This record gives sequence, C-alpha cells and structure tokens, in this order.
Amino acid sequence: MRKVLTGNQAVAYGAMLSGVEVVAAYPITPQTTIIETLADMQAEGLGDFDYIRVESEHSAMAACIGASMGGVRTFTATSGQGLFLMHEMLHYASGARTPVVLANVNRAPAAPWNIWSDQTDSLSQRETGWIQLYCEGNQEVLDTTIMAFKIAEKLKLPAMVILDAFFLSHTSEPIEIPDKEAVKDFLPTYDPKDIWLDPDNPHTFGAIAMSDPYMELRWQIQRDMEIAKSVIAEVHEDFAHHFGRMYHQVEGYLAEDAEVLVICTGTAASTARVAVEALRAEGERAGLVKIKTFRPFPGEEIIGALKGKKKVAVIDRNFSPGAQGIWAQELRSVLCELSDQERPMVYGYIAGIGGCDISVKTIKEIYYKTLESHRPDDIDMWVGVRHV
Amino acid sequence: MKETRIHGRGGQGSLVLAQFMAIAALEDGKYGQAFPFLGGGGERRGKPIMAFCRLNDRPIRLRSRVAEPDYVIVQDATIMRELDVTEGLKDGGLVLLNTDKSVEDLGLSGKPFEAHTISADNLARRILGRPIINTALLGAFAAITNEITLQSALNAVRSKFPGRLGEKNAQVVQESYDQLMRNSS
Repeated sequence: MRKVLTGNQAVAYGAMLSGVEVVAAYPITPQTTIIETLADMQAEGLGDFDYIRVESEHSAMAACIGASMGGVRTFTATSGQGLFLMHEMLHYASGARTPVVLANVNRAPAAPWNIWSDQTDSLSQRETGWIQLYCEGNQEVLDTTIMAFKIAEKLKLPAMVILDAFFLSHTSEPIEIPDKEAVKDFLPTYDPKDIWLDPDNPHTFGAIAMSDPYMELRWQIQRDMEIAKSVIAEVHEDFAHHFGRMYHQVEGYLAEDAEVLVICTGTAASTARVAVEALRAEGERAGLVKIKTFRPFPGEEIIGALKGKKKVAVIDRNFSPGAQGIWAQELRSVLCELSDQERPMVYGYIAGIGGCDISVKTIKEIYYKTLESHRPDDIDMWVGVRHV
Repeated sequence: MKETRIHGRGGQGSLVLAQFMAIAALEDGKYGQAFPFLGGGGERRGKPIMAFCRLNDRPIRLRSRVAEPDYVIVQDATIMRELDVTEGLKDGGLVLLNTDKSVEDLGLSGKPFEAHTISADNLARRILGRPIINTALLGAFAAITNEITLQSALNAVRSKFPGRLGEKNAQVVQESYDQLMRNSS
C-alpha cells in the first residue's frame, strides 16, 4: 500500500509491522508523534503490544531493557535531551546484550533550546555500544526500522534508527507500506534462544563481573560489532530479496570518476544527490558518497570508495567542540591506513547546525571551495555562519 | 518540479494544506513532499509560520527549505505587514491570497508574478460554520495552477475527513475551485 506519511509515522509503522511487543516511551519534540502514532495504533488494535508510560527517558530505556531481558521485542523513541537522559541506560542495554531498537529524531543539544536537526545527540552516544543507522528519506526510515530489529536480534546488540528533525520527522511523502504478513516472513517473532528472564528457569542477570570476565564480555561486544558489518550487509540483501529495495552501508552516487567527492549522511545525502547532478550539468566531476552506518563504522567500504581520490569534502551536521566534525574525524582515522599516494585530502565542513538549511547552494559552495583549495587548513570550515 | 511556500499563522492548517497537496499528487500518480517551518519552540498558535510543498512527476530528493517558490499561498493577508511573502518568488510565479480585498487594493497588480484572491474565510464560514480555510485554498490552488486535479483534491479531503465533515469540505473545495475557474476565464 502506498500512502503519504511523515518520517515519524514511518517509524511507527516500522515498529508496528515488526510485531513489537513492548513500547516504553516518554514524549519529546520532535519525536512525540512517533509514540503518539503507536498509541493510536494500539488503541485501534493495529498493533498488539504493551505500552508502558514512564516518567522519563531514563525509565523508558530501563523498561525496554527489562522487557527485552524478558524475551520480547522492544522499542522506544526519543530526541536530543531525552537521549542524553538515557545515556546511562544506553551503555547498560549493550552491556546486557539486549536487542532494543530506538528511533532517535536528531535534535540539537541545549542550551540554548533548539528543536531542530543536528546529529550531535546521537553521535555523542558513540561509545555506548549501539549500532547506529542514519536515513535520508521516509521510505528508508520505515525499512530501516524493520531491518534494525533483525540486525539487533541477530547480534544481541541494541540498534538506533536515526532521522533528521523536521526534514524527515515532520515531512510527508508517499511511501510503500509493506504488508504485515510479508514483514513477518522477513522478521519472525523474536526468539531470545538460550536465555531470558524466566521464573521457571531462574538465572542471575547483570551481577558483578570481576575484571577478567568483564574484559572478556567487553571483547565480545567488540567482536560482535565487527561481525555486525557482515550481518548488516546480509540483512540489506535479505530485505532487498523480500521487498525489492536495497540499502548500503556506504553508497557511491556518480562517484567513480569524480574528482571531488562530497561525503554526506542523513537528509544532506538526499539533497547532495540533486547538488551533484547539478554540478555534473555544469561540467564538474562531482560525486557523492553516502554513509548509512556510524557504528560499526564501515572503514573497509569507505577505503574502497575513496582510495586514490584527490579530495573529499565531509559535511558534518554536528560537531565535537575542539575537534570539529565527527564523521570527518572518523573518516580521517580509517584513511590513515592508506599510503600518501592513495590517500585523499579530507576537507571537513560544519553545516546545518541547529537545523540550518543544507541546500543545493550550500553543497555547491562546499564543492567549489574544496576544488579551488590547495590544502584543507586553508579553508573556513564553518559554512553559512556569521563570525561575530 | 514545482515548489510552493505557504504563509499562515499557527493553527490555520498551513501544514495540513501542504499535506493535502501531497496526498492529491499521490492520487494523480505524482510525488509530493510537504513539511513545516514553525519557528520558536514549535508551539506557534497565531504567529507567522510557513509550510512547503514540492510536487514532481518523479521521486523528490531535495530536502532543504523552499527558497525560490513557483507558488506562494498566503492564508492571512495581514502577515504581509510583517514579512515579504513574495521573497524569492520566481518570475511568472503565482500568489494566492485569502482576503476580501482585490489584487489592486493589495498593490499586487503589475508585478512580475500573477496574484489571485479568494475569500476563503467567508466560504469556510458559510459551509463549515468555522473559518477553517485550508480546503478552500486547496480547491483554489488546483484551479489556478493545474498542478493537482480537482478530483484528487476532493479525494484527499474525503480520505482525511470521512463522513459528513468530508462532504462539507469537499463542497468547499468544489466551490473554491469553481470560483477561481470563473475568475480566471
């Protein structure tokens, strides 16, 4: 069925079609309409799940962890400050190996208050052991929500589906809603397999681990994050087989013969497709590389796409004070494996902070700045900001 | 691709109007993309806000705000005291205003764009009993731009409001459409 949905409705459809069994959530703009839609779906009998109302995001995640330990499929959604309040429990979710799925609508951190798009909230959760999947359109949002459950449950690691505030969360566009039975065929009911909170078969969960077993358990998370790269690739293939839509951890667009590659994530990648087409029409050899996964970071695929290129321009709608754009840092750390001849110069740009627009004009400006520059340290990295 | 910017006040249904346009486009076998720009903390009842709608015959990849619209819809002409609603409007573009005044009275004749007015307030008050104007502007938009068909606009409204409310809103769409078709012929 094809229907006009917002990004937030697409998330709710994704969770409902996935047969989620427990939703625990607390409202926050711009996420609220996700959990409102889920509440409506439950009230109308579209989804058969328990809906736990909690007093904070911290409790929402705690409830999801408990439910997941009980062996059921669990979901929550949040944004910005809500994600920050969950932070402690985000670490707990991965440590406890609970495959919780969370949709985060990117919202800029306060102060000052701002409700618009900025990836600093989710990227700040880099060390929490969550898989992070970024989306450029509402179809990808719905499809990624479904895939996130499969990826998380295969790995017993939690997964975050990430969408830009307003540019996706409140944007309506036509998307294909898969049939619930077809989704069930792709994603059967969650089976916790070996172990879950079962009164008839008692176990101790999360008790103190002495240093050696603790370190082993951390190592296992690292091992499984590496395995996650192939699991994500398999789930993408499997999804394409079932529904005919293919996604990639790293995707090139007009990239092969490009002289300058723009590296984008989220909705900036979508607009960059139009910008790169416009630059090609101007006779420029411009290309795009879209990165979908932040954790695990798809280093090998990025090297494959960028090796031998002259210049890449990373557009970060986020920043780490004192260290600039976060995707640019990650990219530099994988590219240092390449020899000097093979390694492109990395230009890191900051744009779209706090919901500022990233338009075709912005991306073209970045492209030409990069093309004309000799060295990355020559340029002003902050695009469209008054230096006052 | 055609881009529309809607200027309204929080509570006037600017986003709902943009969504109706996107739903009608889907009915027509086209693609639509509708989104708001609220300003403030998002709670903006009575304050000037914007909504955008892109319409295209293939999927829409562009996800920035609309800066150079083909069409501008003004839900409350008093907003024109506060901001330039025609900023960035393409030459040869169209402006549709909800007002009792004429295009001449508003000083919008002889410009590089075409202006149309409709008293959506009066139409909505008469048929719906309340000044809920977005369906009147939807019918008028269909008439002056031909970007969506009348039938799809009617279907979009009926699918959003089933039953009697849907029929009344469909009547609003039909009457506003007819009125603008008469005016422009």
